[in-house]
Amino acid sequence: MRCRGEADRASPNVANLFLPDFAGMTAIAFALLVAGGSFGAGLLGALTGLGGGIVVVPMLTLLFHVDLRYAIGASLVSVIATSSGAAAAYVREGFTNVRVGILLEVATTIGALIGAALAGVTPTSYLAILFGLILLFTAIRSIRPRQEHALLTTPDKWSARLRLDSTYPSAGGKQAYSVQHVPAGFLLMFVAGILSALLGIGSGIVKVLAMDQTMRLPFKVSTTTSNFMIGVTAAASAGVYLHRGYIDPTVAFPVMLGVLCGALLGARILSAVNAKVLRQVFTGVVIVMAIEMLYKGFTGSL
Amino acid sequence: MKDSPPRVSDHTVEQIVGRMLQLGVLIAALVVLTGGVLLLVQHGGAPASFSVFHGEPDGLRSIAGILRGVGTMQSQAIVQLGLLLLIATPVARVAFTLVAFVLQRDRTYVAVTALVLALLLYGLVFGHA
Repeated sequence: MRCRGEADRASPNVANLFLPDFAGMTAIAFALLVAGGSFGAGLLGALTGLGGGIVVVPMLTLLFHVDLRYAIGASLVSVIATSSGAAAAYVREGFTNVRVGILLEVATTIGALIGAALAGVTPTSYLAILFGLILLFTAIRSIRPRQEHALLTTPDKWSARLRLDSTYPSAGGKQAYSVQHVPAGFLLMFVAGILSALLGIGSGIVKVLAMDQTMRLPFKVSTTTSNFMIGVTAAASAGVYLHRGYIDPTVAFPVMLGVLCGALLGARILSAVNAKVLRQVFTGVVIVMAIEMLYKGFTGSL
Repeated sequence: MKDSPPRVSDHTVEQIVGRMLQLGVLIAALVVLTGGVLLLVQHGGAPASFSVFHGEPDGLRSIAGILRGVGTMQSQAIVQLGLLLLIATPVARVAFTLVAFVLQRDRTYVAVTALVLALLLYGLVFGHA
């Protein structure tokens, strides 16, 4: 076992601005607290639709002083668990556009492998700043909820060539839709893949931007297809991180089990809770974490 | 889409894949839970210090090393095996999607899916990026 003094030397200890600080615990206390926090993250993530992955890394690094690389490894693992665990529920509804998903996965997996390579050479303070910006962006997007846009059926050259157009079940029978701006969506997904690997998040927020806003997929199709892709994208970089020693069992196991249980419970009680209040709570948490991450990034103390 | 009648519908494939994924996550979670409980029983009193990155030892980051550790009932290796199974579930999903496109004789998407699968296996098996 390492002595405490050695551990403290490497990271200049800058106190958190607002958040509490749990340092110097035994493994059992660490596991229980991390599992509890991860459970909350998974629960709120599922209830608000924002995903829990985005708060796992700030929680581990800010509250528990876990090195950013261990935190990213553990978070990616939890992202895979929630994505795969939720898949069956989504599949039953029959909204996923498998062709769109697999095509865009070419972009996200290449992005994820490049992101994993970049993560090895990027200073952690830069990653903290980038993380803070993504958290702020998430908060802004959650304050202004997305609006359902009109469906387009105008043919698109790429969409026709790749047979991406499809239908989805709606109240009035099968509804046809046409996929727009395929190259632009592909490029955005490449960025989503890089961010996913660099920060250990699902980057659902960028994926929705690509599929909802750019490719103009119907709301439910983009949500379920995005879920399909998040697990695959995270698996690409998680494999690399496992080999690189970023995935520590003591950190990853309470995170994975906590987030998974929270997300599964969240999906079950979704219809019984007031999502609006929860969304505000979650947005508040995300903003506080964003400020802390930016502060730590700019003071170079993460 | 139009000509081959005995084709497997996208929806049937998705149903099977969805169930498979859930089962994969369940098995992975049980293995992780077993390893995690064992880990806390054996090393629960040790100080939890992760503020300095050391990288995992070889036995916890290569597939062969993890399997060796599981053979000797090492708790940390059992957790890693569960995590490895978890990482493998989306890979299995892509592999299954590939089979479905082969059955549908959809050449374009067989190629696209094979590329995604190759990228995933590359990361998982070789671990280079």
